[in-house]
Amino acid sequence: MAVDQNLNIELGKQGVFVTTIQELYNWGRRSSIWPMQFGLACCAIEMIATTMARYDLARFGSEVFRPSPRQADLMIISGTVTKKMAPQVVRLYNQMAEPRYVIAMGACAISGGPFKQGYNVLKGIDRYIPVDVHIPGCPPRPEALIQAFMTLQKKIDEQHLTGEERPRHLNEEAPGEFPVPEFGEHDLEPPSNPGTWTVPKIIQ
Amino acid sequence: MKSVEEIKAAIEAAVHGAMVTVIPNPAPIAQHSLLIDPEHAHSVAEFLREDEELALDFLSNVTGVDYLDKEIAEKIKVTRQVSKAVDGVEQMIEETVEETRKRVVPGYLEAVYHLFSISKKHGPVIIRMRTGNRTDQVELPSLTPVWRSAEFQEREIFDLFGIVFKGHPDLRRILMWDEFKDHPMRRDYVEPDDFEYEPTPHDEVLKRAQEHKAKVAAGEARQ
Repeated sequence: MAVDQNLNIELGKQGVFVTTIQELYNWGRRSSIWPMQFGLACCAIEMIATTMARYDLARFGSEVFRPSPRQADLMIISGTVTKKMAPQVVRLYNQMAEPRYVIAMGACAISGGPFKQGYNVLKGIDRYIPVDVHIPGCPPRPEALIQAFMTLQKKIDEQHLTGEERPRHLNEEAPGEFPVPEFGEHDLEPPSNPGTWTVPKIIQ
Repeated sequence: MKSVEEIKAAIEAAVHGAMVTVIPNPAPIAQHSLLIDPEHAHSVAEFLREDEELALDFLSNVTGVDYLDKEIAEKIKVTRQVSKAVDGVEQMIEETVEETRKRVVPGYLEAVYHLFSISKKHGPVIIRMRTGNRTDQVELPSLTPVWRSAEFQEREIFDLFGIVFKGHPDLRRILMWDEFKDHPMRRDYVEPDDFEYEPTPHDEVLKRAQEHKAKVAAGEARQ
């Protein structure tokens, strides 16, 4: 439950600071999203540019790219996920500790992009792992990636710690491990994880 | 640099029994190529590299081509004995009839090598090799022992076209995973049926998406 804003201001004038555990918890989570140091294709170049001085991702508390999935909170799928790479991506995601988030960056990561009809490219990483923010673009500009960060931060801020809508890491029944696809004779087995992905309805 | 005909003559003079065919290129660029019989390919390649005038010391590109089995319909004139009534009397008369006959020309896989000379600054010389057919006679001699740069490119052709290079030091799939069974660059390759979500389908994709929908409706495929 949020504290009444006017009351908060009044109390602030008296030198009293009031907050809720939920606010504090979400503020902590959203202000230090550490991405994993992990690039797949040309989108990774834009991701690198985002962290550099001109765009300065550090303003959002996300400048610390961790080289280990154990220390990372956010996986930026920056580029084409080939079918040969997909099991490794899912395995890395499984190795990350909760709470963890995924940004699918660019046309390839969200749908397969220009390679969609190819034999070797996955038609979107959301077939295997849950994605929090999708950004289109080929590649998306650094501003778009910053927009994705802000969207993710807003999303975290609005989460309730209890109830049906609570985040996955506070829900004991939510899946913690996602099945790693295996190399089959013609395609990946299974071609998608039905627990995470169902065929979207097309409205004509 | 020598013309293709001159190179062909030089190869045939140097390598005993080598069969070389010039394949003309009718395009303005006129890059004619040489078809080499696989049996003598190794000696021909060594000759092309070692010959002082050609000195083709650099293999820049190896690629594969797939030619499908072709069905050719021919019209042939056939004479036949036909019984006919002439002036009220049954007689056997010879008649010439046109008949269409179909025959199948087996397809083949082809490996194309582009050669240059760094020392002489000329090229390209293009050589090709063809397999017997597309199914069981798919072996060609590897030219990796002659030009080391062929190694990965021959592996790629093995992976995507299924040409087996004999004498290759390490013939494994290079792009697809080892368990993969198909050869995706072949013209009759059928990709897996994953057309369940196509928001903007057209042409071939539209057809495949509709086929998938029909299959799901019939209960043959999962969503």
